Amino acid sequence: MIPSTVPPKYKVEINSNRCMLCERCVRECSWGVYRRDRNKIVTYSNRCGACQRCVAMCPRDAITIEKNLTCWRDHPLWTREVREDIINQSRTGCILLSGMGNAKELPTYFDNIVLDACQVTNPSIDPLREPMELRTYIGKKPKKLEFEYIEEEIDGKKIKKAKLKTNIAPNIKLETPIMIAHMSYGALSLNSHLAMAKAAKECGTFMGTGEGGLHRDLYPYANHIITQIASGRFGVNEDYLMKGAAIEIKIGQGSKPGIGGHLPGEKVSAEVSMTRMIPEGSDAISPAPHHDIYSIEDLAQLVRSLKEATRWKMPVFVKIAAVHNVAAIANGIATSDADAVVIDGFKGGTGAAPKVFRDNVGIPIELAIAAVDQRLREEGVRNEVSIIASGGIRNSADVFKSIALGADAVYIGTAVMVALGCRVCGRCYTGQCAWGIATQKPELVNRLDVEEGANRVANLIKAWTLEIKELLGAAGINSIESLRGNRDRLRGIGLNNVELEALGIKHAGF
Amino acid sequence: MCGIIGFISKKKRLISGDKIAMALDSLKERGNGQGSGYVGYGIYPKYKDSYALHIFLNNTPDYYEIISKIKNTLEKYGKVIKDEEIPTNGGILKKEFIPWRFFYDFHPSYRDIENDLMVNIVMEINDKIDGAFVFSSGKNLGVFKASGWPKEVAEFYKLDQYKGYMWLAHARYPTNTKGWWGGAHPFNILNWSVVHNGEITSYGTNKRYVESFGYKCRMLTDTEVVAYIFDLLIRKHKLPVEYALSAIAPKFWKEIDLMEEDERKIHESIRMTYGGAVLNGPFAIIVGTHEGMVFMNGDVEKNNTMIGITDRIKLRPLVVAEKDDLLFVSSEEAAIRRICPELDKVEMPDAGMPVIVKMEK
Repeated sequence: MIPSTVPPKYKVEINSNRCMLCERCVRECSWGVYRRDRNKIVTYSNRCGACQRCVAMCPRDAITIEKNLTCWRDHPLWTREVREDIINQSRTGCILLSGMGNAKELPTYFDNIVLDACQVTNPSIDPLREPMELRTYIGKKPKKLEFEYIEEEIDGKKIKKAKLKTNIAPNIKLETPIMIAHMSYGALSLNSHLAMAKAAKECGTFMGTGEGGLHRDLYPYANHIITQIASGRFGVNEDYLMKGAAIEIKIGQGSKPGIGGHLPGEKVSAEVSMTRMIPEGSDAISPAPHHDIYSIEDLAQLVRSLKEATRWKMPVFVKIAAVHNVAAIANGIATSDADAVVIDGFKGGTGAAPKVFRDNVGIPIELAIAAVDQRLREEGVRNEVSIIASGGIRNSADVFKSIALGADAVYIGTAVMVALGCRVCGRCYTGQCAWGIATQKPELVNRLDVEEGANRVANLIKAWTLEIKELLGAAGINSIESLRGNRDRLRGIGLNNVELEALGIKHAGF
Repeated sequence: MCGIIGFISKKKRLISGDKIAMALDSLKERGNGQGSGYVGYGIYPKYKDSYALHIFLNNTPDYYEIISKIKNTLEKYGKVIKDEEIPTNGGILKKEFIPWRFFYDFHPSYRDIENDLMVNIVMEINDKIDGAFVFSSGKNLGVFKASGWPKEVAEFYKLDQYKGYMWLAHARYPTNTKGWWGGAHPFNILNWSVVHNGEITSYGTNKRYVESFGYKCRMLTDTEVVAYIFDLLIRKHKLPVEYALSAIAPKFWKEIDLMEEDERKIHESIRMTYGGAVLNGPFAIIVGTHEGMVFMNGDVEKNNTMIGITDRIKLRPLVVAEKDDLLFVSSEEAAIRRICPELDKVEMPDAGMPVIVKMEK
């Protein structure tokens, strides 16, 4: 026999002086790390993923989780991770599964971009005293407005008046350029979905359903919801399409470009089964491509079909993963009837992705925004279609930089989950989430209080919104449209000429 | 900060250029001697139907070659009626460029598109002919600008020898690009001329917006883009001028939300469609307009007119005054009183509220 276990990643220690044997940790840990054995709590460190539920709940601060420092011989090429992966795969013969976004130390360009502020030559604007406008419309805009002059009789006098001839296609109206990303019911619990929907409504923004359909409990929030159509078409019917405020066709996802999705049968509860319209307990597998979209004109047809089905009342977005040729693909989408292009960067999160995809496929969102925005401008269509960026947006500065690079708005996913309690342990695909977020087990789901969760997500969006207003004021700008694509207000630090050119920004000092 | 002033005679009386020079001289406090400029409308009555191109030529011994390249470009679409050096006085400024002017007519077959063609020609010369820089391209008007104090530039160009019915002027205190002749105001394209006090914080957005309609921003300064936005919205898109100005300095959403439905819809549509044309940051501008502006009551103004407008929270000053047929707009009342001590009316327009001066009929 070849011993094939790898040493645990973490080491769980209980300080027996502090522990009062309340067994809270035993109940709270859904991974089975803890067991009471007479006058002691026994730990199984190999099951721990550092989700910190136990640490957060221990009334005596008796638990410490540390990295397991068991030494592997240092080697620059054969790192610990590489060796662990090989050991695991040679045991199972399987694709390695992983959660969350790209975990390689690849550049995060956001961190190499700095912002501008006013000094002397123009006054900064104080958002506490002056209006600061973040309202954003997502959807198709005309190239220009046309007016006609119609004679009206007012008080016996005939006067001509300019009337708007151009009719603008339906747009969705955001009070802040931050939306909640598509994370499906099924991957996430109903309580998470309810909390996000309430927060979206409160903040005047929108949340995505993901590809899991729309649970009936979310119907009251439907005018703040963007419904998604992915390759599995789960939960899609006419009613579903008509319910939301907009429709999004998902072609790809930043964390796993080029492949479909997989919701394990364990997560397909009765409610999930009803919402997705699939048998209870069966795996929900979305194919890699849409089997009715084998080329761009097929996509254009689906966009039109969806518009027909919804009487042209609904904007239709198309989401693609940021891949090498993203600018050309986005241009193809922009010249269909689609109202917005969603680009998802390679650091975007996921409940489950093959590790090899998560860590190796796709390009950074910063470069993708810059390339798409530039290409659409060169084609003269940028002003007519919206760009939504997502994938690894961590704070208000990332939102701000995304918009200055050329996005209209962003989607945030992982950040919202962290607001709900997620500690980014990356095991969403197991359905064991101890925080009640990425699970369908009723006893775990109940841990997430909907009202409190909604409040925390709303707080997060409001806090970022306030910070964006402050940054805008400091830049001497009082409405968000004057930031959009305004790369003059960005500078790079520590980037080479190729990177600067791709981002379309100057280096600091210039 | 910069000093701006403009005046117009609603009866189209011709007024000598030394008046505007005198007024601008009293605003020299607001400049630093690194750029001053003037534009006079109605100054070339003899060539009033021809395009008058003012072009800076690099002051090098082979400047004649540059001239012949310009002529080649121009003669593709029409003919140069006359060209000459713009008369200047020596010994006042270091002559970094030779200012040259061409009077030019398009071939009649281009009549319907001559304005668009002229914009393209300006872009082409500025972009492709080394050592040439078009800084004025309207009819019966001319821009005179250089690095120097207001008085120096006026004397250099012999401004007292021109007579116009509208004059705009600018004393520059450069804050974004270094002072050079091309960077001085006014900025002009066709019959649009802009003088500007302020800094456009949305420049990056505006520049990329107008570039997607074929304009090329070459002057490294934000005022150029203002001229292109006026040209795009009012001449090319034919927006009613009141609404075009509302696109440039938009109403706040909280005001729009309270408007009556028809009006609300119009303003919402303007902001949705023309977000890239919003001028943000502090500014006060005076614009000499192209002819043919449409008003929201359907009237079409055949003449060139004058517009003054500030940003929507008025971070830069603007004063309007009237005397008989004359209307003045300026950064400071003092500059107006210098040339017209007795005024009928003096007003401060509200933030973002335009002053539009039409000719008397």
